[in-house]
Amino acid sequence: MVSQNVLQKYEMVIGLEVHVELKTKTKIFCSCPTDFGAEPNTQCCPICAGWPGALPVLNREVLKYAIKAGIATNCKIASSTKQHRKHYFYPDLPNAYQISQFDHPLCEHGYLDIETSKGTKRIGITRIHIEEDAGKLVHLEGKGTLIDCNRGGMPLIEIVSEPDMRSAEEAKAYLQKLRAVILYTGISDCKMNEGSFRCDVNISVRKKGEKAFGVRTEIKNLNSFQFVTKAIEYEFLRHVEAIESGEPLVQETRRFDSTTGKTYSMRSKENATDYRYMPNPDLPVIEVTGEMLSSLKAEIPALPDERKKRYMEEYGLTSYAAEQIIIDRETADYFEKAAAKTDYPVLVANMILTDIARLQQPDEPVIPISPENLAKIAQMAGEGRINSKTCRLLVQELWENNADPEQVVREKGLEQISDEGILTQYAKEAISENQKSVSDYLAGKSEAFQALVGQVMKKTNGRGNPVKIQEILKRIIS
Amino acid sequence: MMDEITSISVSKLSSLLAKKEISAVEAANAYLEKIQSLNSEIGAYISITAETALKQASEVDRLRAAGEKLSPLAGIPAGIKDNICTKGIPTTCASRMLENFKPPYNAFVVDLLEGQHAVILGKLNMDEFAMGSSNETSYFGPVKNPRDTSRVPGGSSGGSAAAVAAGLAAFALGSDTSGSIRQPAAFCGVVGLKPTYGTVSRRGLVALASSLDQIGPLTKDVKDCAMVMESIAVQDKWDATSVCHPNPEFTKGIENGVQGLKIALPKEFFAAVSDEVKNAVLAAAKQYEKLGAKVEEVSIPHLKAAHSACFVISAAEASSNLGKFDGIKFGYRAQNCSSVDDIYKLSRSQGFGKEVKRRILLGTMFLSTGYYEKYYSKSLQIRTLICNDFKNIFERYDLILTPTTPTTAYKLGEKQGDSLDIFMGDICTSSVNMAGLPALSLPCGADSQGLPVGMQLIGKAFDEQLLFRAAYAYEQNANIGQRKD
Repeated sequence: MVSQNVLQKYEMVIGLEVHVELKTKTKIFCSCPTDFGAEPNTQCCPICAGWPGALPVLNREVLKYAIKAGIATNCKIASSTKQHRKHYFYPDLPNAYQISQFDHPLCEHGYLDIETSKGTKRIGITRIHIEEDAGKLVHLEGKGTLIDCNRGGMPLIEIVSEPDMRSAEEAKAYLQKLRAVILYTGISDCKMNEGSFRCDVNISVRKKGEKAFGVRTEIKNLNSFQFVTKAIEYEFLRHVEAIESGEPLVQETRRFDSTTGKTYSMRSKENATDYRYMPNPDLPVIEVTGEMLSSLKAEIPALPDERKKRYMEEYGLTSYAAEQIIIDRETADYFEKAAAKTDYPVLVANMILTDIARLQQPDEPVIPISPENLAKIAQMAGEGRINSKTCRLLVQELWENNADPEQVVREKGLEQISDEGILTQYAKEAISENQKSVSDYLAGKSEAFQALVGQVMKKTNGRGNPVKIQEILKRIIS
Repeated sequence: MMDEITSISVSKLSSLLAKKEISAVEAANAYLEKIQSLNSEIGAYISITAETALKQASEVDRLRAAGEKLSPLAGIPAGIKDNICTKGIPTTCASRMLENFKPPYNAFVVDLLEGQHAVILGKLNMDEFAMGSSNETSYFGPVKNPRDTSRVPGGSSGGSAAAVAAGLAAFALGSDTSGSIRQPAAFCGVVGLKPTYGTVSRRGLVALASSLDQIGPLTKDVKDCAMVMESIAVQDKWDATSVCHPNPEFTKGIENGVQGLKIALPKEFFAAVSDEVKNAVLAAAKQYEKLGAKVEEVSIPHLKAAHSACFVISAAEASSNLGKFDGIKFGYRAQNCSSVDDIYKLSRSQGFGKEVKRRILLGTMFLSTGYYEKYYSKSLQIRTLICNDFKNIFERYDLILTPTTPTTAYKLGEKQGDSLDIFMGDICTSSVNMAGLPALSLPCGADSQGLPVGMQLIGKAFDEQLLFRAAYAYEQNANIGQRKD
């Protein structure tokens, strides 16, 4: 194992390739439906199954969706672009070539701004191109292998980033931002578990301050943010260990095993296929007109970064909080509704990012509390009528039963206690019951003071105004 | 009677059928009987679909009796090259690979013909996957030239040309990638057209080289060719390279003659052919002058380069198009395979013939890293040059007249194994595919052995009308001694 000190000397260089399945009604080159989860080989035809004489015809919707992705990621859209054949033999690829794009892709030179603990950073997007998905092999234990052509010809875009990321955190932030932007445009469901948002990681490692890139490895088909993070962290260590011990690293493709958390070699560059790209003679050059571009631009709703800017300017959110809110479109919509109904939008954002986030399940993202009720909670908190502990309590309570929070506060007597007399009484009691804490605090142990605050809070059934309690305690003790 | 029916043109037969002087069943039977008696010798058909043909024919008779207005092709017996898909009928591409392949769909052109009640007699022999110029690469054996059965019929649409020449089909469909309709038409003394690229849908044509392939008719005379084109030149929304032809009334003005037309004779074509062929075509040029056209010598400097480049592009695209024949989903699968790589290697090694494998290997090389720029990219550049050559000529001329082939039909086996010599057989035709232009081959006399010589008329894109007009003018005025009606 290499030590933390050694790791500190290195940095990773990460570029990501993301495949996004577009949710057009029909496939990219035929009229087969694109629904997920159908019985094997019920959604295919001579075209997507590669039968002799069958010809592809580009689904114009795919082109439009892909252009929207390009616009949303600040790309330049080519005025004319070609489709290519990428050749390799594999049983799930019935034509022995995949229709993709080689040079001059549809979209180029874009970027996305991401937010991490270190602040804002711009990640370049090299290109976005359109292509078809391959079919799927189903391996049956002891019975051989079957081919399911349903996925063949499903419309994809491949989004290739520049090697601009330097940590797993940045990679994750980029993926989340990219997914958010795509979701906002409405061109894909981006469901990682269904494979409609898949990620390949290109990673190399070099000593900090070096300009040249190290040996690059590619980790294929990571289908969750967690796996991306784990795979990157594992691969970084593996590279550093190899460099430190002088072992050679090879440029190769690797796969990540989620059960072991390790990556394994699939094929090295020496065995890499020569894809023999050629322009597809069945498909004419695609022309993208100015009118087409402007009408597609008009169809794109306000994108995450526009909203982020507005949240910071209008509602006073921090850049970090705003990013966390906009990263999910539903959350942002929810936030906007609630924020509009209170004088304290920052409190709304805080509750969404802490109390609500804690209760949300990844597979059940819907918030059962109405935005109006969350706004009321924020309003009460902002006006000092309830404390933060009560806020959390109310969120919990309303999560189960979306009642009027004002009524809940009234009925359960949850109003914050700020009355000097009552709080002074409780403070005196707490001091006399906890002399040790007082002497500890006077001896310089700040935790002892917090214990005293807790004791007072306990006497108010959690409703005391924490600021006032601290003031009073300090006054008495000193 | 049988011989009479099978020797008359489509236009004549069509009018006899319309006047009910003969029935469609009679016509079909006449052809089927002739196929029965001659096919074993000529080898034009791989599959004969007598039963469905008679069913289609009796349907035509029923419709006509009921007073339905029918297309001119209704009841006309036709043969289809075996790389054009026919639903439920074997479509072999003359290859072991597809020996038992029955497509579950028709090619668009077959749908069009059936929709117009043409009667399909069967599937015609060809060079394997349309790779060849002598019809000797067929897995099902060679076709023989009906003019002299010791000779090749040309290729790859050898079965199509032979069937029309021998009266085994009133017309046939072929496909042309670098001369595969025109060259056998010339060898067998029939008319063949390679339409402007995009005019006839390629959907259902098992692709050889997608950017060069076109389906077209082979017929007994020029008017028939125009008639068939009127039936098949229909835009297909499921072929992205298919276009709406701006002048699809191909028989219109066919009798208007050549008075005042300017015809170019490119010297490079004449330099590449035998004296006998050259003289026959020059005689035809004289005939055009007599008919009022102006004929002048011109130059197409990139002809030779274009021919080589056409081979490179054709092989490159073929290597890609034939990847799907991997033994996995359909077609021939080798026995005793222990891995998926085995299935690929053995099925393709055993399922494809020598010429097909040769072109797949070459095509794969042309597209490989390190060779792509040198061969494939270079060939695309040459393609632009030859297009410009043609464009320059068509700024000053209406038509180009050339020989179709360097020689007349050669002996079976004479050039086998000499790929380079066979390759040169397309020198006069391949540049036309590179430029996507229309070109028609028609007979222009015979050599000293009585073998037919073909001449080629090349037109501007979508100017088939003028090709037919000029070809018809020659046909009507030349004493070519081969027409029988």
